[in-house]
Amino acid sequence: MAFVWFHKLGSPRHFYALSRRLTPWLGAITAVLLLGGLYWGLVVAPPDYQQGESYRIIFVHVPSAWMSMFTWMFMAVSGLMVLVWRMKVAASLMRAAAPLGASVTFLALVTGSLWGKPMWGTFWVWDARLTSELVLLFLYLGFIALQSAIEERDAAGRAGAVLALVGVVNIPIIHYSVEWWNTLHQGPTVTKFDAPSISLDMLLPLLVMAVGFMTWFATAVLKRARCDILEAESSSHWVRELATPGKR
Amino acid sequence: MNWQEFLAMGGYAAFVWPSYALAVIVLVANVVAPHVRERRLLRTIARRAATGDEA
Repeated sequence: MAFVWFHKLGSPRHFYALSRRLTPWLGAITAVLLLGGLYWGLVVAPPDYQQGESYRIIFVHVPSAWMSMFTWMFMAVSGLMVLVWRMKVAASLMRAAAPLGASVTFLALVTGSLWGKPMWGTFWVWDARLTSELVLLFLYLGFIALQSAIEERDAAGRAGAVLALVGVVNIPIIHYSVEWWNTLHQGPTVTKFDAPSISLDMLLPLLVMAVGFMTWFATAVLKRARCDILEAESSSHWVRELATPGKR
Repeated sequence: MNWQEFLAMGGYAAFVWPSYALAVIVLVANVVAPHVRERRLLRTIARRAATGDEA
């Protein structure tokens, strides 16, 4: 039973149909979460006792930074499936995730910079956290360049999978950088083993935004993967039928 | 709290609002772009199927 389910998901045709059913719901959930989270974070949450209103950047900075790391892990897991099972759907998902990862990494860097200027007095500092996050952006851009440099789809998928797996080494470096090296960047306040050192009034909207970013990623990656599948299978029978509904 | 006070963000408006504006642009663009691309792809495939062009 489980195997049948796995096998179906591995078929581009079934994946495409399932994705089409899911994305409208995921998109609606994302809109509700993000609009609710924005209102909660910008209007309802109290100002910080040290940072005043500037801390509100946290509600876009932290979710995008989390997603920048999650997305690479997602690509690495997809890459493993590409290498082990030669799963075409996994290759499409991996390729679809890369520009999204680059987007959230860019967002994390820019919002961090805009937060750093008023709080640290500088837009940028070459410390471990900021530098390793910048390396992550270059990894995403390298992955995207690699995909467009290799003509043959399966070969591009396998090369990308190897890069995704090797690049995973950067993820713990980013996460622990604030503990391993001296930095201006503050330590973790949410993802640690003790109780989070952030007030519930601020933590709850942050978590709503984080879940919203997750469902946004799910929506966007499924939509992008569908495009990738259409390009790969453009001459197959089911895609032609799909494109010309009602005609036989 | 009035609108002016809200928009001023305690003097940090120049940092808070660009952050949020960029976030909205990045999030929306990444959903709209594949949406448009998928429709365009399906149209192209349909046209090819109609003319019987295999390429």
